[in-house]
Amino acid sequence: MSPPLVHDYIGLSEASSNSDKLSSSSSSSSTEDEKKSNNIDLNLKETELRLGLPGSKAPERKAGLVLSLFGNDLEDKPNGFKSFVSGAKRAFSDAIDGSGKWVFSGSDGSEDDLGKSGNLFSPRSGKNGLMESNITTQPSSCLAGPSVREVVPPSKSVQEKKTQVSTSNQHGSAPAAKAQVVGWPPIRSFRKNTMATNSTKSVDDDGKSGSGCLYVKVSMDGAPYLRKVDLKTYSNYMEISSALEKMFSCFTIGPCSSQGLPGRDGLSESHLMDLLHGSEYVLTYEDKDGDWMLVGDVPWEMFTNSCKRLRIMKGSEAIGLAPRAMEKCKNRN
Amino acid sequence: MDPKRSRNSHESVNSSESTRFPDEVLERVLSLLTSHKDRSSVSLVCKDWYNAERWTRTHVFIGNCYSVSPEIVVGRFPAIRSVTLKGKPRFSDFNLVPENWGADIHQWLVVFAEKYPFLEELRLKRMTVTDESLEFLATSFSYFKAISLMSCDGFSTDGLAAIATHCKNLTELDIQENDMEDNGGGWLSCFPENFTSLEVLNFASQQGDVSFDALEKLVDRCKSLRVLKVDKYVKLEQLHRLLVRAPQLTDLGTGNFQQELTPRQCAELESAFSNCKNLHTLSGLWDATSLYFPVLYSACGRLTFLNLSYAALQSGDLAKLLPHCPNLRRLWVLDTVEDEGLEAIGSSCPLLEELRVFPAAPFDLDINRGVTESGFIAVSRGCPRLHYVLYFCRQMTNAAVATIVQNCPDFTHFRLCIMNPGQRDYLTGEPMDEAFGAVVKTCTKLQRLAISGLLTDLTFEYIGKYAKNLETLSVAFAGSSDWGMQCVLRGCPKLRKLEIRDSPFGNAALLSGLAKYESMRSLWMSACNVTMNACKLLAREKPRLNVEVMKDDETDSQVDKVYVYRTIAGPRRDAPPFVLTL
Repeated sequence: MSPPLVHDYIGLSEASSNSDKLSSSSSSSSTEDEKKSNNIDLNLKETELRLGLPGSKAPERKAGLVLSLFGNDLEDKPNGFKSFVSGAKRAFSDAIDGSGKWVFSGSDGSEDDLGKSGNLFSPRSGKNGLMESNITTQPSSCLAGPSVREVVPPSKSVQEKKTQVSTSNQHGSAPAAKAQVVGWPPIRSFRKNTMATNSTKSVDDDGKSGSGCLYVKVSMDGAPYLRKVDLKTYSNYMEISSALEKMFSCFTIGPCSSQGLPGRDGLSESHLMDLLHGSEYVLTYEDKDGDWMLVGDVPWEMFTNSCKRLRIMKGSEAIGLAPRAMEKCKNRN
Repeated sequence: MDPKRSRNSHESVNSSESTRFPDEVLERVLSLLTSHKDRSSVSLVCKDWYNAERWTRTHVFIGNCYSVSPEIVVGRFPAIRSVTLKGKPRFSDFNLVPENWGADIHQWLVVFAEKYPFLEELRLKRMTVTDESLEFLATSFSYFKAISLMSCDGFSTDGLAAIATHCKNLTELDIQENDMEDNGGGWLSCFPENFTSLEVLNFASQQGDVSFDALEKLVDRCKSLRVLKVDKYVKLEQLHRLLVRAPQLTDLGTGNFQQELTPRQCAELESAFSNCKNLHTLSGLWDATSLYFPVLYSACGRLTFLNLSYAALQSGDLAKLLPHCPNLRRLWVLDTVEDEGLEAIGSSCPLLEELRVFPAAPFDLDINRGVTESGFIAVSRGCPRLHYVLYFCRQMTNAAVATIVQNCPDFTHFRLCIMNPGQRDYLTGEPMDEAFGAVVKTCTKLQRLAISGLLTDLTFEYIGKYAKNLETLSVAFAGSSDWGMQCVLRGCPKLRKLEIRDSPFGNAALLSGLAKYESMRSLWMSACNVTMNACKLLAREKPRLNVEVMKDDETDSQVDKVYVYRTIAGPRRDAPPFVLTL
């Protein structure tokens, strides 16, 4: 099976550039440890997303590269990006305050690795994030998407212009960074937001009719943006969990990824317990009826048919899911 | 009785002396006038007619809330029962107007509470409405009946709860496409048990659940309910339960249309739809696929308006559905139906008058799907009565548009959005000037025009020369010089609203409209080449215009956004710091 095509927010798939030179449009986030352990096959380093803490800089980054998205000004203003955060609906401010939600479980606290570029995504990702759909705009072209409400005239947007971001309390999401221009095409927010969710579903429908892709959104508690994965590219839970692990770099599904699963589609009871007790995060999904279910209960095909989106939930929140899952496991056994 | 009103009543007895209508008669006649344009004309005839008109007016329409003040309105019209107010410039829908710009309803409500205690209806568009305002509204007007909020912001479902709780005579609660905070669906349960007067309920844009139990009971007891639009969290089997309780509906917005139903449930749903003998408008249909369309077929024959713009249908789905809907007058779809889907429209819906094709993935630069010029042509061939179109596409040709307007010369609203700014005719490589030239030359009844694609001043020359009935013009990324805008300002006698973004029009263009702006509702220019000096000059020369400027940069003389509108209320008193009134 070919590795899943992981797209970062600007639509680059696994970059082939070496680790020292970052592609100008990517920003990566991971700890050094994670990077080493990450599967080089996927060449995901270049597309990994870095989440920066205030004031931190990524040492191996070339100055200005990552921050070309917003012009070089931000490099000089370590706290300038705070203005982006205000109004972001997701609890990203928690992450910035270093509350630990976004602490990598494998890290040695090498947070100086974390480029602050990751924070740059906050104004858009304060909503449903950048992962809505593929983006091919060059970083120097405008990222003043619809969520940047004022000030950047679209005709100037193609230049690297310092943007003043007002508190952008736009409710709901907009696949904002894709838009080259503020407010264009002229579509009302309500429809934009609805289409953002609809596009996931319509692709799901395509998947069911066998056209070969089944993209669903993956969110992670505490992350400023979401990702999308194509369920058709995996054939069992282990594959998806390891792909997601790499994608989010700190997501641990517990022993599954390293030990491998027993020869069945579901997770055994003992694995489930290990999973919940051992790791900080739990993988859940929303099914067709709108209920949040623990991943791993049902056969893989049933899962791909009913999964509408994935969510990497904090283990503590997922506790309530466990007993039901346990029951199901027991009943199946 | 007011002395002014009774002034003529004595004179009318001596009919030989008086050639005037007695006031009572005049007022009786005028009270039958509903069109606000007619009323405006009537009020200009003479003082008597002005007075008679103002006393008999029950509905006031205010297209720009800053053109007049609440005090002026209540001073002139003492007997108002219904108010329609529009606030922000239209481009605020596309995030071109910063937050906290204004258009807050509250001050209006305060004044109305004092002078219009019998106020029954309030319809707002692009206004800021807070929960406090909604509560104030609900508690200040005991006869309040109808509220409609479209494209408004600032409120949450808590505000709806206040309305539901206090408005005992409510007939209409219409919440359309707003920026509404969702604090839960409990508001629906706030309607009292003995509340039965609801006729219109639209909460389709809500982003969360409501208590279905409360909804079901509400629908059950409101026997006059004719419009029901639920949000996408209402499931198909729940829809069935609502329909059997409200077969009298004329206008239905379904919830989610994708759920696994048993054959028996399907049959029941089909039966419920066929019992809705008055249903003429259908919308919602979230996530609909053709799987459950058969349940609709029995009702489709009566439909005149079908809104499929939240259902990402493929062309085959549409081709299956439309033959059952021969009476459609208005159809809204997503561009996922592609050109084949539009061909199906052309062949199945000969009575079609309005078509809107929305983009499913407007920001996706990769996608080459969607609709093209050939779909539009197909519709124009099959639907000669088409007069309203909103069309989002990624490619267009001048020849195609010329063909389309030949087929449908009666366009009143032509809004074409070629989604890539400044895009040429993809076959000839030319600008799209001739396309819009064809539109304005052929469609003499054209009232509203939105242009796109690569356009030079020639387009505007055409518009100025031919578009004699044009009232609203939307311009983006178009034109080559000031001359273009000058042509329009000099040429279109009925122009009322002109909104321009990202076009190379500068001071000369702005100032060429000096004589015109007072006859227009408003002018919006953003990301053009206008400077502060020109705006100041305009403001000086025309004191009855408000010239409001929003600037990028404190020091720059370049103006980012300028909004010019006529007013009798003077400069805004509630302008936020980033709005400079000159």
